[in-house]
Amino acid sequence: MTSTTLLDPTAELQPVERQLTPRLASLAGATVGLLDISKPRGREFLDEVEFLLAEEGATVKRYSKPTFTRVAPRPLLQQISADCDAVVEALAD
Amino acid sequence: MTAIEPALNARYALVVKKDCPTCELIAPLIPELVGAFGGLHVYVQDDPAFPDICDTIDDRELEFSWRQEIEIVPTLLRGSEGDGSQFDERIMGWDRAEWREFTGIGGLGESLPSHRPGCGSLTLAPGMPERLAARHTEFGARRIALASAEDDMESCFERGWTDGLPVVPPTPERVLRMLAGAGREADEIIGSIPPDRVPCSIEKLAINAIMAGCKPEYFPLVITAVEAALEDRFCMHGLLCTTYFSSPVVIVNGPAAQHVGMNSGINALGQGNRANATIGRALQLIIRNVGGGLPGGIDRAAMGNPGKYTYCFAEDESDPDWPSLAMDRGFAREDSVVSLFAGEGLQAIVDQQSRTPESLAGSFAASLRTVAHYKLFGLCDAILVVSPEHHRVLREAGWTKGTLREELYRLLRVPGQNLVRGAGGVAEGMPARLADRNLDKYRRDGLHIVSLGGRAGMFSAIIGGWVAAGERGSQLVSRKLEEESA
Repeated sequence: MTSTTLLDPTAELQPVERQLTPRLASLAGATVGLLDISKPRGREFLDEVEFLLAEEGATVKRYSKPTFTRVAPRPLLQQISADCDAVVEALAD
Repeated sequence: MTAIEPALNARYALVVKKDCPTCELIAPLIPELVGAFGGLHVYVQDDPAFPDICDTIDDRELEFSWRQEIEIVPTLLRGSEGDGSQFDERIMGWDRAEWREFTGIGGLGESLPSHRPGCGSLTLAPGMPERLAARHTEFGARRIALASAEDDMESCFERGWTDGLPVVPPTPERVLRMLAGAGREADEIIGSIPPDRVPCSIEKLAINAIMAGCKPEYFPLVITAVEAALEDRFCMHGLLCTTYFSSPVVIVNGPAAQHVGMNSGINALGQGNRANATIGRALQLIIRNVGGGLPGGIDRAAMGNPGKYTYCFAEDESDPDWPSLAMDRGFAREDSVVSLFAGEGLQAIVDQQSRTPESLAGSFAASLRTVAHYKLFGLCDAILVVSPEHHRVLREAGWTKGTLREELYRLLRVPGQNLVRGAGGVAEGMPARLADRNLDKYRRDGLHIVSLGGRAGMFSAIIGGWVAAGERGSQLVSRKLEEESA
């Protein structure tokens, strides 16, 4: 068998290594965003999370994606990162 | 003799081969040329020991000859003023008067015959132009050299490049043949492929089209299918990620479907036709390999469906009075159009008794109501696939496609009280607040009708859509082939 050359069909991605955002030492006084991706029952789930976070002394802000079928619009992501110290995403129904 | 180097800084270069009587004839002139030019690079295609009266450059790999597009030996090349890397003038064969004028050496070759034709360059030997292009073309994609003991098919599996079936190994030769079918530049970026949103070139599409088994003449359809998949309305990203069954269904209308021999007749939704099979497969491989959409990774389908290997067909457009899917979308009969629908597997409709369109429409509607769930309305789109025998029942009674569609909408409007959660003892259904309304099974732009199939069999079919139809999910997209590639 002779040697064969193939062309790479993949994206040849080399993912950038990103550092994790520093973890919060305490929830007290922190602003936490809750992102509802607009799946059924996401709101109920996040209501409960909001209640628990408030008990820990966090300020909660609520956000939602227009539809769960698409990635969140960039302005929404920028707004969350500007407003909040942390974010919780309600993924499942 | 020296190893070949990019010795392009000489103003003159001569390309010869030993196996050419004309090259042998003019070889004795080389020292005179070297003296007059103050240097001359002599490239030899077959035997670097020839001619033995001067230093030569080994071009047995034919890279120099290929890059200079040499057709005849001997060829004498002259570089442009001030930039020796370009050879933009040349003479071929031996013609004494021409050589004297070109070199400016008045008495050149006095003892030689006045003219002799040259011989063919080895770059033009049978099969050689393709081999050389494959060897020397600078691809955007990484070249992967397999070890001599590696099996090329198996290595594609091992690298995770396949959908589970064997792929055609994407060698440079094959990819160049595919690119020749594109009518587009190889490095043109056509968009970002979900889910990784990776900018994708025509070349990457060609590599995956080869792997899928496409012929070069299918490639414009593959490109158009990918462009359609990238339209925001189609929502390819969400379609890939969903736990639902659905995946792109590719429908081809117009002359291009016939030109490449697509099947719209017997077993059109089944196996056996190369164009149907490989165009749909190419789209799937592109999502997998370029987009990174791997089952169990970003692709979260609970069950999937067999159409995720390939799901592509042409429409039967033999009835000139019956508009095609593409015409329903605003295109003309003579346009070649690729449509993408977010669909799942096939659901049969058997009706061997209806001889009136009213009865047949009743069968269609009752079956169409069950897509996704008989009590879930307005969630998904559908394609009704009408067979020739059912088509005949409609046509003989004078029904148009528009008549059929309106009758189906009428039959598929149901009181909400029958559909709400709990109705009929079934928990699944529509929210209770809709109980007092009449609900449509399909949104206004959500019920598509295509014709295809063999001449015998009173069976039609439904391709159910994704349960996220319309603006909040996926809509059918149609895209015309670019003129130059159609």
